[in-house]
Amino acid sequence: MPDSPVMAHKTDASSESADHSHGQHPPYLRHHFESVEQQADATNFAMWLFLLTEIMFFGGLFTAYLIYRNWYYPAFVAGSHQLNVIWGTTNTVVLILSSFTMAMGVWCAETQRRKGLVLCLILTFILGLGFLGIKTIEYSEKIEKHHVPGFHYSLQSFVDPASDPEIFKEYHDKPLRADMARHTEVYFSLYFLMTGMHALHMIIGICILGFMIFRARAGAYTSGHVTFVENFGLYWHFVDIIWIYLFALLYLISRHQ
Amino acid sequence: MSTNTIVSLPDQSTARIPKDNFITRENGLLSWLLTGDHKRIAILYLISLSFFFFIGGALAGLIRLELLTPQTDLMATDTYNKVFTMHGVIMIFFFLVPSVPATLGNFLIPMMIGAKDLALPKINLLSWYLYIAGGILAIYTMATGGVDTGWTFTTPLSTHYVNTNVLTTGLAAFIAGFSSIFTGLNFIVTIHKMRAPGMTWFRLPLFVWSHYAASILMVLATPVVAIAIVLVALERTLGIGIFDPTKGGDPLLFQHLFWFYSHPAVYIMILPGMGVISEVISNFSRKRVFGYTAVAFSSVAIAVFGFFVWAHHMFIMGISNYAVLVFSLLTMLVAVPSAIKIFNWTFTLYKGSITFETPMLYAFGFLGLFTIGGMTGVFLGTSGTDIHLTETYFIVAHFHFVMVGGMLMAFLSGLHFWWPKITGRMYPEKISQMAAVVTFIGFNLTFFPQFILGTLGMPRRYASYPPEFQVLNVFSTAGATILGVGYLLPVLYLLWSLKYGAIAGNNPWQATGLEWQTQSPPLTENFAVMPIMDHEAYDYEWLEHQTEASKATEVTSAG
Repeated sequence: MPDSPVMAHKTDASSESADHSHGQHPPYLRHHFESVEQQADATNFAMWLFLLTEIMFFGGLFTAYLIYRNWYYPAFVAGSHQLNVIWGTTNTVVLILSSFTMAMGVWCAETQRRKGLVLCLILTFILGLGFLGIKTIEYSEKIEKHHVPGFHYSLQSFVDPASDPEIFKEYHDKPLRADMARHTEVYFSLYFLMTGMHALHMIIGICILGFMIFRARAGAYTSGHVTFVENFGLYWHFVDIIWIYLFALLYLISRHQ
Repeated sequence: MSTNTIVSLPDQSTARIPKDNFITRENGLLSWLLTGDHKRIAILYLISLSFFFFIGGALAGLIRLELLTPQTDLMATDTYNKVFTMHGVIMIFFFLVPSVPATLGNFLIPMMIGAKDLALPKINLLSWYLYIAGGILAIYTMATGGVDTGWTFTTPLSTHYVNTNVLTTGLAAFIAGFSSIFTGLNFIVTIHKMRAPGMTWFRLPLFVWSHYAASILMVLATPVVAIAIVLVALERTLGIGIFDPTKGGDPLLFQHLFWFYSHPAVYIMILPGMGVISEVISNFSRKRVFGYTAVAFSSVAIAVFGFFVWAHHMFIMGISNYAVLVFSLLTMLVAVPSAIKIFNWTFTLYKGSITFETPMLYAFGFLGLFTIGGMTGVFLGTSGTDIHLTETYFIVAHFHFVMVGGMLMAFLSGLHFWWPKITGRMYPEKISQMAAVVTFIGFNLTFFPQFILGTLGMPRRYASYPPEFQVLNVFSTAGATILGVGYLLPVLYLLWSLKYGAIAGNNPWQATGLEWQTQSPPLTENFAVMPIMDHEAYDYEWLEHQTEASKATEVTSAG
């Protein structure tokens, strides 16, 4: 689709807000801002800063991952073989699709297409739920095999890989020495921490999406004030990007061998 | 002293507090609890901060009382562990980190840059509620048995060995951390996007620069301690193995994550204080801050270097010798921007018309005590001396010289300096000068002996000590008593001044900042008309022209 209608609309919007600065303000302009542009600028900037804090938050986990993967590489490889790459790939596709629908949603809001926006948000909502559903399936596999770190953690699959025929058939892992096998628990700690923290961000995002769908139906985001949708879009893409890193780091450790 | 002053108050017989201001605009408790006004939120913070300061102070009093004698007689050793832990947790997370930024910074940054409010008023209010939630949790922890890991939550002690309330304390710190992230984020956005016309970056008061630097640290460092606390909590509850050596985890990783925040945190605490000192020293020597640009950039340099020195807390924890070497050198580097500030403030005083009002007395206290605190930091950054001095009272003295002697002096200095702007009334000068002197004497008596105790080898965090240390400990406890009086006095006379203080007028100090060009207390929207910044910061000549011009118009209108 050519982007000329968007451009045309944008010029409309800016000339409109120039008009506003003369006399009456649009209802969404908060009292302490001088202009709509200043308000949009400030809130967008705040969102980027918030995402920066999120990077630092996940940064602690990525640092831990980096160190322990270097120390316990064999354990990390054996651990990652327990993950289901098919489900992981599916989930990656689901998330990227949801990012696409979200981006379309932002475009709909900017071009004031109310029905399009509602549809995009609902699609994003469903894809997000789909991601969590698949994640639940994956988690339940781990629970069944006692791969959840803690008191019930089992080393069986790592000291005796043949006892786990499905995985063994695919990777032919050699048994790990007892001390290295113990370190698979660190791998799974990181797996659950990183994917769990990511899933928590997804859940928060989905809740906000639900709220946004109702507001969007009432036309709240298609009357020129789109910063909320834009900023939520940034958040959603950020969560998506985190997953792409997690997928590569957790699922694909030994793929280059 | 009293004849030589820059204070110029309006004629008290006719002067009135302006009827319409941010305090009187709306009434009722809800108008405060649901406010978006940065000035009201600052006052909410000021009240709650003072509350936590006095709880933390009472705990400090208990510590000093126990240490009056070599035996453990006032409380059991376990109780002592809990008392010093809670003293640290409350003072650091609920007083020092938010102290100047959340009160004075919140109140003044929008006014100094000529804005109506912070960019995100709701987030600002949210940050106060988070602070209160964290604070209530901390108090709850204390009431239900406390925690005894030290404020550092050291693993594996905190994850495996103690049976005290590590989880709730951790959660309290976690929540308070988000309060501080939101404050920092709000400041950065506001300083970038809300400046009045003509307010360029190099016309910003240095108070704003130092808050900008501190905000960078809040935004970048705090999330890291948040995740570290989450990991400790999960290790304690679910038994994941990130810090557990039996599973291959490494307790040192916790130290890295924790100090990656907690070292920059001391710059979060001190930088805003340095901003206060820049304003006060310039104003009471009637001179532009010497080397404005250097002071501005030294704040940013402290923020940047501050991120690369954290491992100097770990010299005795078994990190490699090369790491010790590198971090030792980097630690020396961070002394440079701090020294730039001290030298520039001193040069500002040189040939200035110095007067000795209370804010200036506190600022002088800051200069001396912070310098001693900073210099002893160099001893601790040197790995050889650090191994001898760490975990002794030398560390305690060093930290308190910087934080209490530096930061608290700066906080009190700023509170007195902007008190007339916040309340519209002056504090009583004589008694507050006395309080400043009492604080200074009490402080030195409390903490200087601890340097000596430390070099003699008295370890910190024990309830008992060999009898030969008693004399110095008695000095220290006596000093703490005086210090307590020094902190109690301002509470009394500042409250008194709310009703009986002299009417301050717009600009009692003849100061140049934009915040002084509006009424006191300010309007809810700060300025009646949007200000335009047409001069450099600290331009006292501009101010003189202004006053002369306004006098001239008065004369003509009278004629």
